[in-house]
Amino acid sequence: MSKPIIATTSLAGCFGCHMSLLDIDERILDLIELVEFNKSPINDIKKFTKKCDIGLIEGGVCNSENVHILKEFRENCKILISVGECAIMGGLPALRNNIPLRECLEEAYINGPSVENNEEQIIPNDEELPLMLDKVYPCHEVVKIDYYLPGCPPRADLLFNALVALITGNLMELPYECFKYD
Amino acid sequence: MGQKITIEPVTRVEGHGKVTIHLDDENNVVQTRLHIVEFRGFERFIQGRPYWEAPVLVQRLCGICPVSHHLAAAKALDVIVGVGPDDLPPTAEKMRRLMHYGQFFQSHALHFFHLASPDLLFGIEADPGRRNVIAVAEEFRDLAVQGVMMRKFGQEIIQATAGKKIHGTGAIPGGINKSLTIEEKMKFLIGKDPMNIDQMIVWASSAVELFKDYHRKNRDLIDHFAAFPSSHLSLVRKDGALDIYHGVLRAVDKDGKKILHDVDYQDYLDYIAEEVKTWSYMKFPYLRAIGKENGWYRVGPLARLNTCDFIPSPLAQKAFEEFRSYTGGKPNNMSMHTHWARLIETLHAAEMMKELLEDPDILSGELVKKGNKTIEGVGLVEAPRGTLFHHFRINEDDLIEMANLIVSTTNNNEPMNRAVELVAKEWMNGKEKITEGMLNAVETAIRAYDPCLSCATHALGKMPLQIELYDVNDQLIDHMQT
Ligand code: SF4
Repeated sequence: MSKPIIATTSLAGCFGCHMSLLDIDERILDLIELVEFNKSPINDIKKFTKKCDIGLIEGGVCNSENVHILKEFRENCKILISVGECAIMGGLPALRNNIPLRECLEEAYINGPSVENNEEQIIPNDEELPLMLDKVYPCHEVVKIDYYLPGCPPRADLLFNALVALITGNLMELPYECFKYD
Repeated sequence: MGQKITIEPVTRVEGHGKVTIHLDDENNVVQTRLHIVEFRGFERFIQGRPYWEAPVLVQRLCGICPVSHHLAAAKALDVIVGVGPDDLPPTAEKMRRLMHYGQFFQSHALHFFHLASPDLLFGIEADPGRRNVIAVAEEFRDLAVQGVMMRKFGQEIIQATAGKKIHGTGAIPGGINKSLTIEEKMKFLIGKDPMNIDQMIVWASSAVELFKDYHRKNRDLIDHFAAFPSSHLSLVRKDGALDIYHGVLRAVDKDGKKILHDVDYQDYLDYIAEEVKTWSYMKFPYLRAIGKENGWYRVGPLARLNTCDFIPSPLAQKAFEEFRSYTGGKPNNMSMHTHWARLIETLHAAEMMKELLEDPDILSGELVKKGNKTIEGVGLVEAPRGTLFHHFRINEDDLIEMANLIVSTTNNNEPMNRAVELVAKEWMNGKEKITEGMLNAVETAIRAYDPCLSCATHALGKMPLQIELYDVNDQLIDHMQT
């Protein structure tokens, strides 16, 4: 039987969820025996080269590129998992949702105390920059998500157990203490 | 007819960063730009939050070096609650330092293992498909285990000091919320092989040797690739020692002349300013006294070893002396030597962890102090990737009213742009087609800075690159991607 194929990505996240996956430590060496990684920052495969079994999404959706890549993951992965608070509900970046985007930009680029010589009130707006969304959205508001792994980040054991359960087709334990977003 | 080339260090769809290069009629490079395409809005949305939330909120900007943000914020809040850096209880300061060295150790180990080792082991000419950490794990099992274990050790130090490996809560305004138990301490000091500090020191020393060996065999590449003169900025201890947790701000120019004289970072606004450009979400810091044209500087491992006078731990000091003598005591401006500097720092972090673990203050003592509250404070640490500034002001209801952050990668904005320009000129001048070599060169130049774009991206892997070639009317005429 061929190995299950996994892809991962970070949208508007902090990479902490990916780091937590690395916190499975020695088991990472077992994991790469058990599964094959496709598109993922872990192995530098930058484009999907085949259909995947499991897609792990870190981070919510804050700009047009996030939307694009999330849709691409949905098309290429049989099972899609929102990993961590940001993917599940927007997380810390979604603190901007109650504030007009313009105010956030002005604070950073015009009002900032170390900003100098910005008499023209420049706010980055180049055509090379992707379009920002009005709000930061959780992944399941953009595509269908099959599973959710809570935590900020989800603890390493939870990530490992979830992958093993999916790969072996067994039920996983999701202890009560895991339902938290610290 | 002039042209414009776009290179995306991280592909368009993944966001975070890309490069454009403009060519003139003869296909000579006239302008290069590294665009950072992510924006979070932290400065605004933190307003209105109670100040004590800052150390746990801000670190969620970066899950790769959360401890740096955690500590920089806590240091700013120390000032706000009236407990200056010199008044912090010894247990609190030492626990924070232990956390910070643990973080340096894990972050630098991760970089070495994931980013540097594939190039060192397979050579940068090797098939890109094999130049990754999974191939290392398959072919060099022992080294892979070593990398995993070094990172694990650092992460466990963080867990023991901060409560959690990622996004911990250890540092609080005016102190820390726990000390170490004797069991935790003994586990790190005499833990079963290989998980003890002595083994970590041995491994860190051997990583320095591995780099030196590679350097001997590839001197041309390491000494010349993307090398350019620049100023260097970092925190140093008051006596000039390397110190990543606390000290004064120093900058030297390319010849080693001091251009920022060990100043108090509470006054950073007197010395440092940022320029905004339309084409990047990342601002451009510079030294006010020199001005925005020439006041830019580098930060990070290379800058730190160029600004400090010595390293206060014996093995790393020895390595440092060798590093310094390679450039005759002058600042080292060779970008690729950042790898060397990073490994010397890894060794230093291991030695410092041992010293702290053996210090009785780490087990007991006062954890938090109270002082007279003020409304504003600046916190500064050296993060693995360079100097990190946090600045907060609060109102009478204890809510944050202003937040300003200058993160490490932002400090390296101009140097990264320079490195790209240099490499582009070398590879592109006179050519109108993008080559694989050009693609690799730009990627390697940017990666030498280990940029944490959006203070996060890509540290696990190498950046995907996309180059687009445009003519003067912005029409795409060539395209290539890794
Ligand atoms: S859930 Fe937490 S750890 Fe994961 S990306 Fe978001 S902030 Fe980072």
